[in-house]
Amino acid sequence: MSKKRTGVFVCHCGTNIAATVDVARVAKEMAGEDTVAFTQEYVYMCSEPGQESVVQAIKDNKLDSVVVTCCSPNLHEKTFRDNATRAGINNFTCEIANIREQCSWVHADKAKGTEKAIKISRSVVRRVNRNQPLDAIAVSVTKRAMVIGGGIAGIQAALDIANAGIEVVLVEKQATIGGRMLQLSETFPTLDCSQCVLSPKMVEVNRHPNIRLMTYSEVQEISGSVGNFRVKVHKRSTFVDPDKCKICDHCTEVCPVVVPNEYELNLTARRAIYIPYAQAIPASFTLDEDACLGLNPVVCGKCKDVCEAGAIDYDIQSKTITEDVGAIVVATGFDLYDQENMPELGGGKVEDVLDGLQFERLCSASGATKGHVLRPSDHTVPKNVVFIQCVGSRDPAKHCAYCSKICCMYTAKHAQLYKHHVPDGRAYVFYIDIRSGGKGYEEFVQRTMEDNDTLYLRGRVSKLYRKDGKVRVLGTDTLSGQNVEIDADMVVLALAMVPSKGTAEIAKVLKIGRDKDGFLAEAHPKLRPVESVTGGIYLAGAAQAPKDIPETVSQAGAAASKVIALLSQAKLNRAPLIAKVRPSHCTGCGMCVDACPFIAIRLENGKAVVNEALCEGCGSCSATCLRAAIDVKNVTQLQIHEMIEACLA
Amino acid sequence: MSDQQPYEPRIVAFLCKWCSSAGSDLAGVSRIQYPPNAAPITVPCTGAVSPMYILSAFNKGADGVLVSGCHIGDCHYIEGNFLARRKMHLIMELLEFIGVEPNRFRMSWVSAAEGTKFAQVITDFVEDLKPLGPQERLKKAERA
Repeated sequence: MSKKRTGVFVCHCGTNIAATVDVARVAKEMAGEDTVAFTQEYVYMCSEPGQESVVQAIKDNKLDSVVVTCCSPNLHEKTFRDNATRAGINNFTCEIANIREQCSWVHADKAKGTEKAIKISRSVVRRVNRNQPLDAIAVSVTKRAMVIGGGIAGIQAALDIANAGIEVVLVEKQATIGGRMLQLSETFPTLDCSQCVLSPKMVEVNRHPNIRLMTYSEVQEISGSVGNFRVKVHKRSTFVDPDKCKICDHCTEVCPVVVPNEYELNLTARRAIYIPYAQAIPASFTLDEDACLGLNPVVCGKCKDVCEAGAIDYDIQSKTITEDVGAIVVATGFDLYDQENMPELGGGKVEDVLDGLQFERLCSASGATKGHVLRPSDHTVPKNVVFIQCVGSRDPAKHCAYCSKICCMYTAKHAQLYKHHVPDGRAYVFYIDIRSGGKGYEEFVQRTMEDNDTLYLRGRVSKLYRKDGKVRVLGTDTLSGQNVEIDADMVVLALAMVPSKGTAEIAKVLKIGRDKDGFLAEAHPKLRPVESVTGGIYLAGAAQAPKDIPETVSQAGAAASKVIALLSQAKLNRAPLIAKVRPSHCTGCGMCVDACPFIAIRLENGKAVVNEALCEGCGSCSATCLRAAIDVKNVTQLQIHEMIEACLA
Repeated sequence: MSDQQPYEPRIVAFLCKWCSSAGSDLAGVSRIQYPPNAAPITVPCTGAVSPMYILSAFNKGADGVLVSGCHIGDCHYIEGNFLARRKMHLIMELLEFIGVEPNRFRMSWVSAAEGTKFAQVITDFVEDLKPLGPQERLKKAERA
């Protein structure tokens, strides 16, 4: 092998690197390496002049490999590999040495930081010495997409993708699509009816020729990678044929089982056979297997007897359906923080203390009280209502550290809605700060305070308890320095938004990361906000972070456009960093065959053979091979040993 | 190393690309400070860390070796970290057998979301290595 001519490009990243790493010394040390033919430092290597200088230097100095010592490869590996291509050399001979995230940002001592940066840079230079030029593997693309979650985020993403002519499978866990937005009464800052905005979109989803709707279904398993995923979806049986169901409601009249109605946040009850809402899509009843007396005509069978359409069939089985898709949008939404975590605010056990979503159902014309605001305990009109913001949010010591972002706005909306329903009522709002950034938002809050005569009290509530048929609220108004006691008829808690139940499981199934709060993690907080760390899987809505409807819709559209861009390509380039066998060393022991998680290695004529389409390049095989006969390309054992040496030099 | 300077253990840290390397990136983005003793080597998966790498690091003068990857069950390659965990237990026993303190080798599970934990893992490891002093048992004699 002829000696490499490597160029090392040291980035200052403004002062992000240069402040704690002596970049000139890094460049000087690298120049001392045997294979380094050129070094350069520059203040912003990723800027246009910086990138140009890399291309020019490669051409002028006849470089065949490149090491850029800069930020994490997650940020600019592609940038500089593209530059290598532009300069006419193979892009896989370009590697990044991360001296920012892994060095300059985490160490304050410049001398020690510089030493470490040199070790990191040297190790990557040594690695590049043995990098082979590789060609990306072109793979075909499955031109179908899957959207997981049928709330407003999933609906919007599915519609946008479907309208581009790409078939979409929309998977929803509940019996109807619509998600949280379908539970809302009105939306801020326009107070337009939530269902009037959402229902037409739900109908469109149902009718769209490119959308295949799978409700009451959950993703179970996934295999494959970007462009070609295979997803197993478990579709639970509803025991009702949606095509035959006439939604006549006769079945619920005879069903003897009464259980809390989760769609109404347990404010009302439902039968074992039920329809979540009148506007449900698909417009069909669902038989709750867990609540039903046993799907057995001998035990009950009343619903089946009364169904004139013959839609109910106890023998419809749950099934697992396999779908091949090229891209996935995850839009699994949010839940509210559990009231049980807030014992000082009743812990969910004090009557007439509701959460924000329950109050939405009280205000909603389709809700339990047909749009009359009545308190649950005695169905009287509440004359004093206390709204408490930041319940569970912004409390790093005990609850969620983050701001849930929408509560200031929806509490202002709740106060307005309450005043519209009960004009002579009194609304109090306890708040820490008002965060009303957004188009028309600040004006909306001002209207709540001024036109709707709502009393905003700056402070937290320390305790509430039931007293004489009311809820006594003890709090502090920090602006006047007074303690406040209010005998409220009803209390509404603006509980923190948390990732929906099951987010951890779906993240695990899809192998996408979560952040410290459990929300789905985006690939980059600024530059790749709708992509997960796994290629081909995108994020939308409150599953990624707390956000309101306009933001959710924007993000869903962005995720959809990413999917469309991906699936519009005829072929996808897959990184060729996969296993390679050295037949001369292979003894055919078969240990790598057992170690491979992807069943990508087989024995042929006593030698291991890698299936390039299946290999993901994890390297489990190479760590198992006793004779170093199998290696991942450009991450070979020899390369790692030389990197280790460089780290300890 | 001059005698005046306090002993600073030298660590090689094998980080899996998907979790711990991303976790170290998050530590960086969050500016969480930790000692600069560990030189990171990013590998595709902890399952790709051959026991030979660990011995090689000790042989080349490392005072401690860290292998850090995705939490068990979260491996990007399904089961690579299970394979790693199995091998690493054997490594611990081997090290003890050949007279290297097994505490010089450590495995940790740090996800992409755990920048704070990554910094803590490094900090703890450095502190735990200091009382052990330099590793001489496997270190190749310096050539003159």
